[in-house]
Amino acid sequence: MEHIVIIGNGISGVTAARHIRKLSDKKITIVSAETDYFFARTALMYVYMGHMKFEHTQPYENWFWKKNRIELKKGYVKTIETKSKTLHFADGDMLQYDTLVIATGSKPNKFGWPGQDLDGVMGMYHKQDLDNLEKYAPNNKVCKHAVIVGGGLIGIELAEMLNSRNIPVTFLVREDSFWDIVLPEGESKMINRHIKNHHIDLRLGVNLKEIIADENGKAKGVVVAETGEIIDCDVVGLTAGVSPNIDFIKDSDIETGRGVKVNRFLETNIPDVYAIGDCAEQHEAIGQRRPIEAVWYTGRMMGETVAQTICGNRIEHKPGHWYNSAKFLDIEYQTYGWVFAKPGENEIHFHWKHEDDTKCITVCFDKNTNEFLGVNTLGIRMRHETFDKWLTEKRDVDYVMNHLSEANFDPEFYKQYETEILLSFNNQFQKA
Amino acid sequence: MSLAKPDANDLSSKQKVAVASGVVGLFILILALFNTDFINNGLFLTTSLGLIFLGTILFANDAYLSKLLGIKNDGVWFKSISSRGTLGWISGIALTLFYIVLYFYPNLLGLGGNSASNTGLVSLFDPLSKLLNGNPASQWFVYGSLYTVAILAFGYKFILKYRHNKYQQLRTFSVMFFQLGFAFLIPEFMARLNSDTFKLPYYDLKNMWPLNYYNFEQYRIDDFINAGNIGMALLFFGIVSIFVISPFLTYKYGKRWYCSWVCGCGGLAETAGDSFRQLSSKKLSAWKLERWLVHTVLVFVVLMTTSVIYTYLGYDPDKYWLTKGVFLALVGALLTLVFAVVMIFKRNELGKDARYGAIGYFVIIMALFSMHYFSNGSNLFLFEAETLRSTYGFMIGAIFSGVVGTGFYPILGNRVWCRFGCPMAAILGFQQRMFSRFRITTNGGQCISCGNCSTYCEMGIDVRAYAQKGENIVRSSCVGCGICAAVCPRGVLKLENDSMQGRINPNEILLGNDVDLMDLVNKK
Repeated sequence: MEHIVIIGNGISGVTAARHIRKLSDKKITIVSAETDYFFARTALMYVYMGHMKFEHTQPYENWFWKKNRIELKKGYVKTIETKSKTLHFADGDMLQYDTLVIATGSKPNKFGWPGQDLDGVMGMYHKQDLDNLEKYAPNNKVCKHAVIVGGGLIGIELAEMLNSRNIPVTFLVREDSFWDIVLPEGESKMINRHIKNHHIDLRLGVNLKEIIADENGKAKGVVVAETGEIIDCDVVGLTAGVSPNIDFIKDSDIETGRGVKVNRFLETNIPDVYAIGDCAEQHEAIGQRRPIEAVWYTGRMMGETVAQTICGNRIEHKPGHWYNSAKFLDIEYQTYGWVFAKPGENEIHFHWKHEDDTKCITVCFDKNTNEFLGVNTLGIRMRHETFDKWLTEKRDVDYVMNHLSEANFDPEFYKQYETEILLSFNNQFQKA
Repeated sequence: MSLAKPDANDLSSKQKVAVASGVVGLFILILALFNTDFINNGLFLTTSLGLIFLGTILFANDAYLSKLLGIKNDGVWFKSISSRGTLGWISGIALTLFYIVLYFYPNLLGLGGNSASNTGLVSLFDPLSKLLNGNPASQWFVYGSLYTVAILAFGYKFILKYRHNKYQQLRTFSVMFFQLGFAFLIPEFMARLNSDTFKLPYYDLKNMWPLNYYNFEQYRIDDFINAGNIGMALLFFGIVSIFVISPFLTYKYGKRWYCSWVCGCGGLAETAGDSFRQLSSKKLSAWKLERWLVHTVLVFVVLMTTSVIYTYLGYDPDKYWLTKGVFLALVGALLTLVFAVVMIFKRNELGKDARYGAIGYFVIIMALFSMHYFSNGSNLFLFEAETLRSTYGFMIGAIFSGVVGTGFYPILGNRVWCRFGCPMAAILGFQQRMFSRFRITTNGGQCISCGNCSTYCEMGIDVRAYAQKGENIVRSSCVGCGICAAVCPRGVLKLENDSMQGRINPNEILLGNDVDLMDLVNKK
């Protein structure tokens, strides 16, 4: 029987395994060095915050794997020998495969900062990072102050986590405004204010120079590059993005760039070896997407897709309209279609913000054709299906603005702002 | 009562003062329990309840008003009270003991039997009882008062906790209103109308059969009939409630209109029980147990009520058209009708288990009915009606709904009764699953499987299992509290009433992927 081995038990690998099982009777083994069972990485923060216990982050009960004949092997793959189709584990173990799916995800970026490997310095990506944080920042007596370096989605989540235990946080962000490489100005600025309202010491436009150690090799402070200021702290969170977790593949015959190079069918240069999720790098970007997409949803889509290919229905990875979501402390963020930080050459951004400074919307459209290109909302929930449909139908912006309430997904009895938004839109663009 | 006391070491000084106030209030009640002779019961009762209110309000103000709007679940699993810690177990045991005493040893609370006057805790409530209904308190009056205090005080706390969420606020106002008005004040005022010539049974109008399993017992029917037009109107309302009003509202809005907007059990669960919602089991095994248990209780209550009514009806159609025979025929016809309609129109929607269950129960009921024709008419079914009635009252009415249902809040979660035992929930749930416009819509492909929704589902529904498949949640047990939608960090869930068409929509491939692939795999 064909043996499918999947390295990595994150959303990509597990989705692939589930779909392969649905489509076939092949033998499936999932390998992970991180945890025994699949858990939702995105939920680790809620464990530290006390909203959930770790077992709540596991979407399937432990009996699920056996029942679906998906074998789980805990172990760290050291090398992949593609000629003999063998995995070699760090503990000397070996495993034969017929088909291999690499789904090893990401690891936190470290940019060679002095002191980046000290005790008390951590990313927030793996289960082990959570354990580490629990060790070095159990409360505000052990951890009197924390510094977070890098203003992206994981950075603000880590800030929220520490905040939940009343640990004072200084948040060093390289950009002049939070996540302004992705968020348009109005949204980014709103989040700046929201972060400060949570009493987080947000420092914009600053970089880390080095992390200073105490006599035991534990972090005791950071030096800010621009000012030379020393900030005392017990924990340093490094959250300056992630990159593919593929160091163990570099010596194999599998072609790598920043990630494992794959074609549109998620095939690597070696037959019967596929790569999906955060660790896969497309030879050429798909549409306006990036060649590497470290996004939950994309990982899941690749898992769904590669399962088809492995089970005989060879299909391209052809993701639909872009969408994403996040939560910045108390403010939810959703996006459908493309809204870039700065409008492109032929694009116009319409921005509306509620006076309470926790809700806003940015709509991007083509200034020549009026075609609706995308929407960002903060603090207002929108319906994925509706926007997906409008994007497919290439609706113009006037249609979208006039029908915005159809896309509203806020809970019942919430105040709706579509009329106000439409009024503002009409005023701004002198529409009747 | 004062259920939400997080670990003292995490409390701010204001919160400590608040807890102290609540504890002093409770302490007065405990003193009363030990027969302390207060000079003025009215004054001490007011002080006690006032301090409890004050403590809860101060606590809630400090816990929520000083913070920005948003989800307030920080540390839920670290607090002893809300994570089955020592405080949780102590409260659970204390509550359970209270219920045992309340149901089986009311004399310990100071209930004066046989025209003796009340002592102890019950006597502390005499002034309030006399004020409202003109009579001394009973243990049920004490219970009703404390119950109402709990819903009002913790309702206030809940409203502050969710002050960014209009849905949560409105439904909490609603349960507070129905508890204070319908469950507490109106029945007391109705009791005031009673005289030697006119007597209405104690009637909480929103509490319909079969939750109110005794509503059609002989003494109540006699009271209704003897009370003339008003009594008949109430009796009629009781029948219409279950057969017309509730199916209609459940069709329009789902069972939430009752379970989390009106019902008293739900009201307590949603307010005082809110701190325990995360303790419900989400295991598949718990779901299996739930389905068998709750439907067994439903069958039990139908049999019990049928037999009770049967025994007091007559034989002679000339005296009254509703004879024993006619009544049995009506019950049989109704059950057969429901069964037939479901099997004809909804057969494919039901899983195998549910179908077997339905067939099994139908056969049982029919078999029991047929036995009637082989018995001599003095006893119905296999058991005496009175045996059934008293067994139900003891096992379900007291032990399940009270002792276990509420006493075990801090251990098994706040909806144990609603989930595993309530026959009303079973009926409404059946209606919700079969024909209701209500569902929880999943927002395309936006789920990140984090598990907040499942964790905070008080009914133990694994909401995430649906959300991560892009599938709407249509479950008979869902009480529509809306907390899953509130705690979702990605805006994935929305409670909605919409058309029945496409309500149940399992997807293998979620929205956002290749359109062709979605078409290929999701073809139905």
